[in-house]
Amino acid sequence: MTETWIILGATSGIARAFARQQAIAGHALILCGRDLADMGATAADCTARGAVLSEVMALDVRDPDSFQPILDLAAKQSGVLNAAVFVGSMPDQAEIDADPGLIDGVITDSFSGPARFLTMLAPLLEERGSGAIAGVGSVAGDRGRLGNYVYGAAKAGFATYLSGLRNRLGRSGVHVMTVKPGPVDTAMTWGLPSMPFMTTPEGVARDIAKGLKKKRNVIYTAGIWRLVMAVIRSVPEPIFKKLKI
Amino acid sequence: MRYKSMKTSGWGRAIWASGDIARPERSAALTGATAPAIGNRRSYGDAALNDGGRAIDMTRLDRILDFDRKTGLITVETGVPIAALAAIFAPKGWLPPVMPGTGFATVGGCIAMDVHGKNHHGAGSFGQHVTAITLIQAGKPRRITPADKTLWAATIGGLGQTGIIAQATLQLMACKGDIMMVTERRVEDWAEHIALLDASETTYSVGWIDATATGAKLGRGILEEAETGGGLVPAPKPAKKVPFNAPHFALSAPMVRAFNAAYFRRVPQAGRTVVKPIQDFFFPLDRIHDWNRLYGKRGFHQFQCVVPLAAKAALREMLEQIAGSGLASPLAVLKRMGPGRAGMMSFPMEGYTLAVDFPNRAAARELIAVLEDMTVDAGGRIYLAKDALATGPRVKAMYPEHGAWAKAANAADPDHALETDLTRRLDLRGAR
Repeated sequence: MTETWIILGATSGIARAFARQQAIAGHALILCGRDLADMGATAADCTARGAVLSEVMALDVRDPDSFQPILDLAAKQSGVLNAAVFVGSMPDQAEIDADPGLIDGVITDSFSGPARFLTMLAPLLEERGSGAIAGVGSVAGDRGRLGNYVYGAAKAGFATYLSGLRNRLGRSGVHVMTVKPGPVDTAMTWGLPSMPFMTTPEGVARDIAKGLKKKRNVIYTAGIWRLVMAVIRSVPEPIFKKLKI
Repeated sequence: MRYKSMKTSGWGRAIWASGDIARPERSAALTGATAPAIGNRRSYGDAALNDGGRAIDMTRLDRILDFDRKTGLITVETGVPIAALAAIFAPKGWLPPVMPGTGFATVGGCIAMDVHGKNHHGAGSFGQHVTAITLIQAGKPRRITPADKTLWAATIGGLGQTGIIAQATLQLMACKGDIMMVTERRVEDWAEHIALLDASETTYSVGWIDATATGAKLGRGILEEAETGGGLVPAPKPAKKVPFNAPHFALSAPMVRAFNAAYFRRVPQAGRTVVKPIQDFFFPLDRIHDWNRLYGKRGFHQFQCVVPLAAKAALREMLEQIAGSGLASPLAVLKRMGPGRAGMMSFPMEGYTLAVDFPNRAAARELIAVLEDMTVDAGGRIYLAKDALATGPRVKAMYPEHGAWAKAANAADPDHALETDLTRRLDLRGAR
C-alpha cells in the first residue's frame, strides 16, 4: 500500500537523505520548508528515484498560517500517512547571550512550531488509526550544556512533547518515535571543530527506517550516543556544573 | 559557504595539497562562487587539488533534476556519481552512455575530463552525449550548449577551467536490462591481444594485461567482451574496505608476478561467459573501498597513454619497457579506442590506449618519463585525469589544440580563479 510522508524541514541534509530513501521505497512525499527552489530540486530527484508523488509545500514554522494547506493536501492522500520532523535552528550560544530575543525563534523553530503542527495533524492520524511520526530531537536535549543550552532546552521540550504525543497516539495505532542524533556530517557541521562519533545523513536515515520498522520509541544515531548520553546524564549536578563539555 | 581547512590528495595519494574546501548542499550557494569545483577526487594526480587556495566540493549537489523516460534525457546536479545514475536508471532501461572505470566519478568530473569507457570504440566519449551545461562563471550561472562552439569545446575535457560545471543535461543510452553478459578469454601474447581487440564486435570490450609477462608471453592477458542484458542476477556483494596502508612489499615484483599468473589462469583455457551485475562489470575495483591504500602511504601513479592505430609497434615497445622493469602492478589495461572526442583537451584519439599502475618510487617515476617521451614520439598523448608527473612542454606537444583552449579558458575565467595544481604544474593557461 502507498504510504505518504510529510517531511518538515525538507531542505536539511538529513531530511534530503530520508526523503531519498523513502522515494526509493516508492512512497509519496510532501516536502515542506522555506526554500521552494531547493525543495523543487529534491522533489524532482525523489520522483526520478521512484517516489509516486513529490509535492513541494511552503512551510514556515514561525507562521502557523502556512500549516493548514499542508494538512489539507495530506488529508487528500489515501493510505497510511506519516510525518517526519527535521526543523530546528541552532544559533551560536554567544549570539543568543548577546541578543536574548533570539530565544523565542529557537524555541519556535525547534519546539513550539513543530509541536503545533503535529498537534494539528494528530486527529487525522487518529482517524485513520495508522501511520508514524518521527520527530528529530538532539542529544543536546538530554542535558543542558554550556555550549548550546537554549537549543538543548528547545529540543528537550520537543522530546517531552513527543513522549506525550506517543502516549496519546499509541492508543489509536499511531507510532511516535523520537530520534536523537549526535553530530551529523552536513552543511551545519562542515568546517566546525571536529566532533566525536559523527554520522552521515544516510546513516541517520537508515537508523530512522530501522527504528520505525522495529517500532522503537527513542533512538540515538549514531547508536553509541545512547551510551555517551547515559554517562553524561549520570554525572551529578554539583560536578556537571563545573564541566565544560 | 563555510570553508574547512583540509589536506587532500588525488586518488594516487602521491601528491597532497592543503586548502580550504566548501561543501554546499544547496545549489543557490554556488551563486557568487569563484573557486575550482571538485568531486570525489578520483583523478589520480593533482587535477582536483588547489594547494593554498579554495575549492568547492560538489558531492552534496547530487540531485536528478529531470528525467524523461521516453527519450532518456536527464538533467542533473553534477555532484552525482555515475554509479548512482546506473543504479537508478538501468532498471528503467537506460544507462549512462559512457562509464569510466570507477562509479565514484561524478558527472562534473566526467565532463571536465571527457572520460571514456569500455564502449569508446562505438559510443565515443562522455562529452559527446552531453547536450547542455550550466556553468557558474564569475559567480553567475550561464547555460551553454554545443552551439556555443568554442566555449563548449573548451568546457568538455576542459579541466573545469571555463566555469564551475553545476548542472548538465545528458542523453542516456537505451539498455536491455541491468545485467551484463561477459565473455572472458585468455589471450596468449601481444599480437593476439591486438588482433582480438581489432576484431571485437561487442559493445563493450577491454583487455587486462599481465604487465609482468615478458618474452613470448609479452602482452598476454584476458579479453573481456560484454553486452547488457535482462534477467535476474544475485545482488552484488557488499563492498569491502582496505582499513590501513599496506606495507610496501605487498606489491613487490614477485607478489605481482604470482598474482598475475593466478589471475590469468582464473579464466579457463576455453574461455567462459558469465553474468554479472552492471556495477561489477563497469566498476570492479569499487567493490574494495579505498583500494588505493594497497600501495602504502607513498601512494602510486598511473601512466595512461593513447597512440594512433599505426603506432602499435611503439606501444609494444612501451610494454616491453614496463614488463622489463618489474615495477608494474596488477592493474594494467589495453583497449582499442575509436575517434570519438568532444573537446579541445579531450584525451581520446583513434588508436590503442594502455594504462598501468606503478608504486610511487623513483624508478617508476623515471620509467614514466621515458614512456611519456615515447608517447610524444608515437604521436600519442597521455591522460590528464591520471597524470601527476608530466611537464608542460611535453603535454602541450601532445595536445595540438592546447593554444586555442588556453585562449578560451582565459576568456571564460580571466581572473584565473579556477586554476588547479594541475593547470599550474603544466602551465596550461600561461601567466595571467
